[in-house]
Amino acid sequence: MLRFFIKGLIRDRQRSLLPIIVVTLGVMLTVLGHTWITGILGDVIDFNARFSTGHVKVMTSEYFENIDQMPNDLALLESEAFIAELQEKYPDMTWVERISFGGLIDAPDEEGETRAQGPAAGMALDLLSPESKEAERLNLQNILLKGTLPTSPDDVILSDEFASRLEVEPDDQVTLITTTMYGAMSITNFTVCGTIKFGVGALDRGGIIADISGIRYAMDMEDATGEILGYFPGGEYPDEKAITLAENFNNEYADEEDRFSPVMVPLRNQNSLTGMIDIIGYMSGIIISIFMIAMAIVLWNAGLVGGLRRYGEMGLRLAIGEQKGHIYRSLLSESVVIGIVGSVIGTLIGLLFASLMSKGIDFSDMMEGSTMMMPGVYRTQITPESYYIGFFPGVLATVFGTALAGIGIYRRQTANLFKELQA
Amino acid sequence: MENNTIIKTDNLVKRFPIGGGHFTALEDINLELNTGEFAGLVGPSGSGKTTMLNILGSLDNPSEGDANVLNTSIKSIGARRASQLRKKHIGFIFQTFNLMPVYTVFENVEFPLLLLKMSAAERRKAVLDALEWVGLTDKIKSKPKQLSGGESQRVAIARAMVKKPELVLADEPTANLDAENSHNILRTMEKLNEELNTTFLFATHDDKVIKYLKRIIYLEDGKVVRDEQVKK
Repeated sequence: MLRFFIKGLIRDRQRSLLPIIVVTLGVMLTVLGHTWITGILGDVIDFNARFSTGHVKVMTSEYFENIDQMPNDLALLESEAFIAELQEKYPDMTWVERISFGGLIDAPDEEGETRAQGPAAGMALDLLSPESKEAERLNLQNILLKGTLPTSPDDVILSDEFASRLEVEPDDQVTLITTTMYGAMSITNFTVCGTIKFGVGALDRGGIIADISGIRYAMDMEDATGEILGYFPGGEYPDEKAITLAENFNNEYADEEDRFSPVMVPLRNQNSLTGMIDIIGYMSGIIISIFMIAMAIVLWNAGLVGGLRRYGEMGLRLAIGEQKGHIYRSLLSESVVIGIVGSVIGTLIGLLFASLMSKGIDFSDMMEGSTMMMPGVYRTQITPESYYIGFFPGVLATVFGTALAGIGIYRRQTANLFKELQA
Repeated sequence: MENNTIIKTDNLVKRFPIGGGHFTALEDINLELNTGEFAGLVGPSGSGKTTMLNILGSLDNPSEGDANVLNTSIKSIGARRASQLRKKHIGFIFQTFNLMPVYTVFENVEFPLLLLKMSAAERRKAVLDALEWVGLTDKIKSKPKQLSGGESQRVAIARAMVKKPELVLADEPTANLDAENSHNILRTMEKLNEELNTTFLFATHDDKVIKYLKRIIYLEDGKVVRDEQVKK
C-alpha cells in the first residue's frame, strides 16, 4: 500500500515537489545556520581558551576578584613547583604559565628621547622552551606579518597596528614602562623582533607578546606567575569536565581565609562566556524550533491546497471502503517520505555550503573598534550533529503540517460523497 | 429476510434539517431486492434517488426505519463496519468516473484490492480479469487522461467489479457519455450481471439506462410511486 502511495507521490509533482523544495530549503538553512553558529561560537570559545582563559585557569583568589586590573602583585608564587604538582595530579592535561600585564611602550628617537608612546596590553608566555607549544597554540607563526618570533627574553612582538602607530620596525628598540609585582616602577628595554595581526580589535590596538622569562625579569616575578592555564587533551572545551575539575580542585585548594590560595575557574566563568556556552547548548533546539515552525506553517498551507486538489481522490477512497483514519495515516506516511527525502537533499546541500564556508569570512575590518576577545574570521564548523540536525525540522514539520491539513478528512461528510464526486 | 434478498428496507425515512425545520427526502420506503437483479431507481432530480443509494451504500444513516444490506442493518452500523461493508461487498460507479489521474488503468483498478490485502499475484489476475470483462486489456498502462469518456467509465466499472462485489450501486453512470458509449457501458454491466450474478442498482433518469433495466422503481418526492418488473 505504501509503495502505491509513494508511486503516486513521485508521479504527482504538485503533491511532492513543492513540499520537498520547502523541506530542502528549510533543512539546508537549518544545517547551514547550525554549522555557522557552532563555528562562530566555537571559534570564540576556542579563541578565548587559547589566548586568555585556557579550559581552566588557576590563579589566586584575590587575583581572580580583580582580574580586570591584571593584579600581578597578587600572583601565584613558587609557580614552578605548583605546575609540577598540577602536572602530576592531572597528567592528561597541559598546564602553561601566563602573565598578563599592562604598561606603556615608549619608542625612543635616535638620541634616546621619547618619540612616541602608547598604552600596551601584554601577554607573556613560554616561547623559548623547546617543548613549549605556546607559539603554536596562539598560531603566532601564521599571524606574523614582519620579522620573527622572539628568540631571546629581550625580544617582543608588537601588534602591527600598534607598531605602525609608534613607527617602529623589527630590530628597533622599545621600552616597557610598567610596575613590578611589588609595586615598584619598572623600565625595561626590549627589541621588537616582529609584528603580528591578531585579527581582534582589542588586541590589535595595543597588544604585545613577549617570552615569560623576559617579563618575569622586567616585573620582578621570579618563580611567580599571574595565571596557570590548563588545557584538556584534544583541544575541544569539555564544559562539564571543566566544571567538575574546577570543583574538585577548589574543594582541595581553595581557602576563604587565604586571599592567596589558588582557585581554579572553568572557561565558562571567565570573560562573560557563560551565556555563550549556554547558547551553544540551546542553539540546536532554537534553530530546530524556528525552522520547524516556519516550515510547518508553509507545509500546512501546502497540505491544505494539496488536500483540496485531492478532494475527489479522498472521497473515492472513502467510498471504496478505506477508513478515514487509514487515509489520514497514508497522508502522514507520504509526509514522512517527503520529509526524509527533503531532509537528505537539504542536509547534503547544507553540508556542501558549510564546507565551502569552512575557510571563513573575514569580518576583522568591521571589528576594529571591538573590545571583545573575538576572532575576526568567522567560519562554519561541521560537527556530527550537523549530519542529522536537519532531519528534526524536516520530518517533524512535514508530519505536523500534514497532520493539521489532514484534520479536514475527519470533517468530511461521507454522506455527501455521491454529490461531491459528481460536482 | 429471505436467503436471496440482498436489500430490504422497512419504512425507511430520511430527513435533512433545513433552517428550523426539516426536509423529508425519503418517506416510508419499503423495498426488497434479490441477488442478481438489474434494477434502477428512476425519478426526477430531488426525488431521493441519490439519498437512497447513499443509505444502501452505508454512506448515510436512515432517520427512521431501517435498511438491511447483505444482512447488515444500516441503522446500527458503525463507521468501521460500514467501511468493511463497502470495501468487501459493494462497488460504486459514479457519473464522473473519479479515476486517480496519476495512476495507470491497471493501478486504478488494483486499488480496491490493496485495501483487501490480497497478494500481488492474486491482484494481478483479478485486475486483468476485470479489464477483460470491460474490454480494456490493451490499455493497462494508459493514464486516465489518455482515455475517452467511455473508456474511463469502463475502467470505473472494472474498479467497481474487480473485487467481485455482491452489489454495485451506480449513480447516473451514463450522464457524461454519448449514446454509443452509454450503450456499450450498459451492455457491459448487463453482461457482468448475467455472468457474475452481481446485483446492480442504478439511480438514473436517463432513458438509455432505463431501456436496459429489468426492474424499475419510480421515485417521486421521496416515495415509491411504482415498482415494476420489465419483461424483455
